[in-house]
Amino acid sequence: MMEVKVINKRALVLVSDDSESRRLGSQELLQALRTEIDRCGLANEVDLNTIVDVGAKNLLPLVIIYPEAVVYGPVHPADAGRIVKEHLSQGRVIEEMIVPKHQLTGRIAWLAARSGALPAAQRIVLERAGRIDPESIEDYIIYDGYQALTKALTQMTPAQVIEELTISGLQGRGGAGFPTGKKWEIVASTSGSKKYVICNADESEPGTYKDRVILESDPHSIVEAMALAAYAIGADEGFIYIRGEYQLAQQRFQKAIEQAQALGLLGEHILGTDFSFHLHIHSGAGAYVCGEETALIESIEGKRGEPRSRPPYPTTHGLWGCPTLVNNVETLANVPPILRRSGEWYKKFGTPSSPGTKVYTIFGNVNLTGVFEVPMGITLREAISIYAKGMKNGAAFKLAQTGGSSGSLIPASLQDTPLDFAATRKAGVSLGSGALLIADENTCVVDLVKVLLNFFRFESCGKCTPCRIGTQRSYEILTRITQGQAELDALDELLKLADQMVRLSNCGLGQTAAVPIRDMLKHFRTEVEAHIQLGVCPTGVCPMRVEAPAAEEMQPLASA
Amino acid sequence: MITLKIDGKTVEVPENTTVLRAAEAAGITIPTLCDHPDLTPYGGCRLCVVEVKGYRLPMASCALPVSQDMEVITENPALAEARRGILELLLSDYYDQGYEDGLGGSNELLHWAEHYHIDLEQAMAKQPRYRVDSDPNPFVWVDMNKCILCTRCIRACADVQGRFVWSLAARGAHTQVVAGAGTTMLDARCESCGACVAYCPTGALNNKMSLHLGAADRKVTTTCTYCGVGCQLELNVKDDKVIRVTSNSDAAVNGMRLCVKGRYGYDFIHHPDRLTQPQVRKYLLDGTPRPPGRGEWVTVDWDTALDLTAAKLSACRDIYGSNSLGILCSAKCLNEENYLFNKFARQVIGTNNIDHCARL
Repeated sequence: MMEVKVINKRALVLVSDDSESRRLGSQELLQALRTEIDRCGLANEVDLNTIVDVGAKNLLPLVIIYPEAVVYGPVHPADAGRIVKEHLSQGRVIEEMIVPKHQLTGRIAWLAARSGALPAAQRIVLERAGRIDPESIEDYIIYDGYQALTKALTQMTPAQVIEELTISGLQGRGGAGFPTGKKWEIVASTSGSKKYVICNADESEPGTYKDRVILESDPHSIVEAMALAAYAIGADEGFIYIRGEYQLAQQRFQKAIEQAQALGLLGEHILGTDFSFHLHIHSGAGAYVCGEETALIESIEGKRGEPRSRPPYPTTHGLWGCPTLVNNVETLANVPPILRRSGEWYKKFGTPSSPGTKVYTIFGNVNLTGVFEVPMGITLREAISIYAKGMKNGAAFKLAQTGGSSGSLIPASLQDTPLDFAATRKAGVSLGSGALLIADENTCVVDLVKVLLNFFRFESCGKCTPCRIGTQRSYEILTRITQGQAELDALDELLKLADQMVRLSNCGLGQTAAVPIRDMLKHFRTEVEAHIQLGVCPTGVCPMRVEAPAAEEMQPLASA
Repeated sequence: MITLKIDGKTVEVPENTTVLRAAEAAGITIPTLCDHPDLTPYGGCRLCVVEVKGYRLPMASCALPVSQDMEVITENPALAEARRGILELLLSDYYDQGYEDGLGGSNELLHWAEHYHIDLEQAMAKQPRYRVDSDPNPFVWVDMNKCILCTRCIRACADVQGRFVWSLAARGAHTQVVAGAGTTMLDARCESCGACVAYCPTGALNNKMSLHLGAADRKVTTTCTYCGVGCQLELNVKDDKVIRVTSNSDAAVNGMRLCVKGRYGYDFIHHPDRLTQPQVRKYLLDGTPRPPGRGEWVTVDWDTALDLTAAKLSACRDIYGSNSLGILCSAKCLNEENYLFNKFARQVIGTNNIDHCARL
């Protein structure tokens, strides 16, 4: 009979293992922890791994335990039993062994700022997901729904609403991390008799489906948030641009709009005040680029989805030339909880530079794929071990791509970077929409990047030269590499194309399409060169010969 | 008014001017392809990028509005390298089958490529992607292998002519300019005005009738004889033959606009059947009865022809009455001439039977 292995990883233990730690007994400590974990039968529940270059020399060897993000040190091998028994088995943090936060320096200094509570208690965006009937406004209201709107309309001025958001430090969750309060303030302060609120629910980044989960499980939270946004900036009309494939989300959102209208929470004179707000659904039609806010606006206007030249920005010249606020679904979902409680409350979660929680989508070569919400600032290693329950088939981690197709490739050496906006920016990677593609050692990086560029050459809108032709030429070069047909100067050509795409493209699509190419050559150059110089794909994925070319239709439509 | 600095020069321009137009006002040329002063800014080709203080990346000057105290650099080694890169990318999708296109061996794309010392032979596409001459329109030649997707044709058709024939289809590397929803130009309501040809910077759209006739040796500016609007046009002349008609932005009345007759209806000029002198039927001169088939034509001078016509018209009026005659005048006449026709009908002939070919 086949043995079914139950994998239920719930904790990640990292032991510092650089030369200094080894001198002080980290190997013995590791061995002792391993023995204790096995002895307590926790091998399926606890991941044990090493971390190097942690700084804090007087604390070595140290042990970091996630998800609580507790740091113990210095830890003697004799303490292993206690750590496993008390902390890992019984769930009690050993207070007297904890390193005081002010002593954390260097690479792990950020842990001092992290809130350590368990993730289950920290759902903000997905607070009601799975707990209420998404098609029932009564359920939503019972669980504090429309309280924030009532409070704002009856007790707060628009300026106070924006002020509260600014205090909270909420940043846009669509990828760029722009401060939400600031964006609202810009639109609010732009003069104009007509303004619009748009919710970007196009969510076309491959592998990302957090917005879908929010819309399908709690549509009223977005209705409420959009009404709040409209009140704050002085708009009376809003659009939600929902990806065409999200039929269920569209149906539920439509129902939510109708229910809210029936109760006077949408429409004219909401809650008997002077504030009126009308909300419409616009369905996307399958173009990746329409997730870009100006292409999305063009699309709502009934035009071809091509990004506009900026400046001017949508905050001043948006939908039909009017000042327009465009926010991502997840960003908006954070708004009602902040206003219901307070900005200060929100700041307690996450890291000081990126407060709040983040909904990540994890997929790829891991045991458990899906959506999870945790405070900002978990590390990639933690996400894989605890939330994705480890790598599939025990294979070694090779790289991750954050933020969908346009995100950075993160090599193993950057696994311990906290996934918040500031830290990722500092490490030269992007957090993006929070999609985490995890690839194991059997993945060929050239093949992966080729697949990504294939996606971009189809999804570029075709407006600007560097993106339209640059993605195509890059794809052709990558294909040649996987066929063993490229010379070493192809890499210079790739870098030149990447540089042109980054510097000269009209919008983020072309600019970020080059990111995987650059990261590949930065972190995995040896592997790419092996394809060219040795004629071998180290992982055996690439064919390394010319296969029958796929027939490509390029005939003009007019010649029929 | 907004004051800004372009290449160190202080320039003052009205609000909402683009950086490109401001540079032009200061006498500075920025290379462009998708831009045309008549058309809505697009910002697609990226050839016109400039460096602007405060912006991290180069900006497309054709689509960037000026702002107070802006500081712009229009050319430096980095920008030249960027433009070379853009031109190389465009050329890598530009295939020339080698036929005579009548444009004198150059066009806007090739001009800038030569300006930046690009090896055309090496940079150009080696394989066609589309069928050459892919549209049956009798006047407009379509060769999408030369299309750089600047969309000037699309904007010319929409902004200038208001016909909306051209549009973009598909996405990414497969993006292409199509008529209607991928049909022929005529099926997409094309009036064959040739505005798209006039604005095309590469010869992807060209004049079918002039294609193999080579380059003109002179241009003669004249006024169209088809109607009273008085559009200015340029007769492109080679060996004393009109081989092509082009329009020009400076024309006071019409700018780049022409209609199908003005741009393509010039075949009468050298036609063997064209009348250049008055002719009358021989039997009328002889005063003999009308023979079967009305007999042969005789070339005469104007006085003879006009006297004969006047005598016949008077006779009709006198014998059968004024209303036996009707006058049909022409859009090819000026307003003044049409006014005189009106006077002639009502006062000389004495009838209200007067009409005009352009009355719809």
